[in-house]
Amino acid sequence: MRKTKINLIRLGMSTSDVAAGAADTLQALERYIHHRGLAIPIIQTGSLGACHREPLVEIVTAEQSYLYGPITAERVRPMLDQHLDAGERGIAPEWVVSQYTDRRDYPFLHKQVRVTTQLCGLINPFSLDDYLAHDGYKAWERALTLPPSAVVEMVKASKLRGRGGAGYPTGNKWGYIASKNITPKYFICNADEGDPGAFMDRAMIEGDPHRLLEGLLIAGYATGATRGYIYIRAEYPLAVRALRHAIRQIEERGLLGPHAFGQNKPYDIIIKEGAGAFVCGEETALMHSIEGLRGVPSMRPPYPAEHGLWGYPSNINNVETLCSIPSILLNGPEWFANIGSAKSGGTKAFALAGSIRKSGLVEIPLGTSLHELIYDMAGGCAEGHELKAIQLGGPSGGCIPAHLLDIPIDYEELSATGAIMGSGGMIAVDNTTSMVEFARYFLNFTQEESCGKCVPCRVGTRKMLNILDKILAHRATTADLDRLRGLCHTVGRASLCGLGQTAPNPVLTTLRYFEQEYLALLN
Amino acid sequence: MSHPAPTSPKKYAYLGDPLPEPPPPELMEIFDHHRGEKDALITVLEEIQHHYGYLPTKQLQYTARELGFPLARVYGVATFYNLFQLAPPGRYQVRVCKGTACHVGRSAEILTQLKAKLGIDEDETTADRLITLQTVACVGACSLAPVVVINDHTLGRMTPEETWAAIEALQKE
Repeated sequence: MRKTKINLIRLGMSTSDVAAGAADTLQALERYIHHRGLAIPIIQTGSLGACHREPLVEIVTAEQSYLYGPITAERVRPMLDQHLDAGERGIAPEWVVSQYTDRRDYPFLHKQVRVTTQLCGLINPFSLDDYLAHDGYKAWERALTLPPSAVVEMVKASKLRGRGGAGYPTGNKWGYIASKNITPKYFICNADEGDPGAFMDRAMIEGDPHRLLEGLLIAGYATGATRGYIYIRAEYPLAVRALRHAIRQIEERGLLGPHAFGQNKPYDIIIKEGAGAFVCGEETALMHSIEGLRGVPSMRPPYPAEHGLWGYPSNINNVETLCSIPSILLNGPEWFANIGSAKSGGTKAFALAGSIRKSGLVEIPLGTSLHELIYDMAGGCAEGHELKAIQLGGPSGGCIPAHLLDIPIDYEELSATGAIMGSGGMIAVDNTTSMVEFARYFLNFTQEESCGKCVPCRVGTRKMLNILDKILAHRATTADLDRLRGLCHTVGRASLCGLGQTAPNPVLTTLRYFEQEYLALLN
Repeated sequence: MSHPAPTSPKKYAYLGDPLPEPPPPELMEIFDHHRGEKDALITVLEEIQHHYGYLPTKQLQYTARELGFPLARVYGVATFYNLFQLAPPGRYQVRVCKGTACHVGRSAEILTQLKAKLGIDEDETTADRLITLQTVACVGACSLAPVVVINDHTLGRMTPEETWAAIEALQKE
């Protein structure tokens, strides 16, 4: 390597980076740069997403950008020495993630299409100027030149569907609430991200909080809302901090307040922290939690657009859905619709973990084949193991067995297999995992998180869990298995809310594709 | 269904056993900050727990009285959410992550071993008040599975042996 002048260094300092040791890396970088008498700026960014190689350090020269990881504290000096002093030793080959600015040598990054995560890992999330320098709030300015109904039409034309998991057309939801001529009107962002194994929303908020705020502003304007809420789980302290800081910044710039959308058209954004309840990701439970009550769901209808927070019209959207909005306004709905598949526009972010070579956050166009994601981008199953299934959608989701991975990642295609798109959590399961035990794990989770209001869920999931325990203890018969199937049917149909309605899914999909494992455990 | 905040505490029958003395000043400060906010109960409880480390029963009674809610409602919210602890925590809160990636990475074995060696169950504290053992659904550091969080420190790629070694180091302090 030739001696190079380093213009700047980027270091990921998200929750996952810090957990991998990035704080020590930062200290080592600052110390050594000072020791060499240099003045190289270090930008602390959110997560680039390649979590399997964190802490990640990007070295930017005049010609190009190099990406290295994991760079723990003791690797800082040899890494910098090789750039500053030239020479052949210093950087071990296994620390090199990419030697090309366009990352063509690293499919995990290169094959992504980054819309919602485009600035994560690139900018300082605490700097409004960084966001502004990358077309920040230009979409908001564009929205203000259009009548609100035109913005709603753009979202409809983009074919954006709810990224929280349900996949409901976002534009339609906006249309319903926009038609309600009542004040106050509330726009709520669901940042509860309760699925264990899902961290897409966290990464987006930690890495680029202003994108979410811009989406929430545009959404409020388009639907005639008077106040925005962001309901975010308390287990994400760094994300909460980044959001509070960003809101203060736009308040100072006058984007919020009594005339935010025009004369006497107010909008402000309030953060409400959750307190550790998975069920509060359900929209009616979420609203009750904002109201300061127990997070217990309500019957729908009436839907939130009719009767939401304190009885007023409300709309709830997921973080990723709202983060897609600025790009739709800037690049046009056709651009977004063309990225995805026939019925679903745009990209989807996935948090890939488990028994996989390359884990982390990826954003890919809808319609991409699951096989391409798992093998070409993520390198396949962890070393020494054989892939058994890919689990999608967390406790509400299902498994796709390894031999069926050649399907497009699309709402309808995934539903046909019995799985769901889900919020984005994706877990690779290998041959050392029992699928019966895996189903039991999810049911144990939903059982604990069940709010207790309705009998099918409260009692039904308890009974289902009992049967799974019995199966795992080799004490169950085929009659128990039949009873389990019957309970899946009842709990799925009769539960009040999505938690109970989807609780049977892990059992149903593992029964569909791995029935032999259940039968092998029977008496 | 929305529940309007009651206008006067006298409307409700039971606010807990009478507390003769007024609330301590730091608690009153929390109440004053949120007085009149109809939706502040969860935020107030979070602030109380942040100050005291948990939610003492007396503080719940004061909350009911000062904010004008029935004690049953305050207690109902305090017991619903996993974040709220009604018993004083140990010096170190050891949280084993049981998120999906960590589970696939065998975090259950770490939990089983800790329960056996510490002699306590989940959500319990050792007799010397040193360690509280808990689980957490997911901290979002899935690439480092299995994850154990001790107070604010996230430890990744842990084995049962390494976790126990970390606990022993705390015990020696």
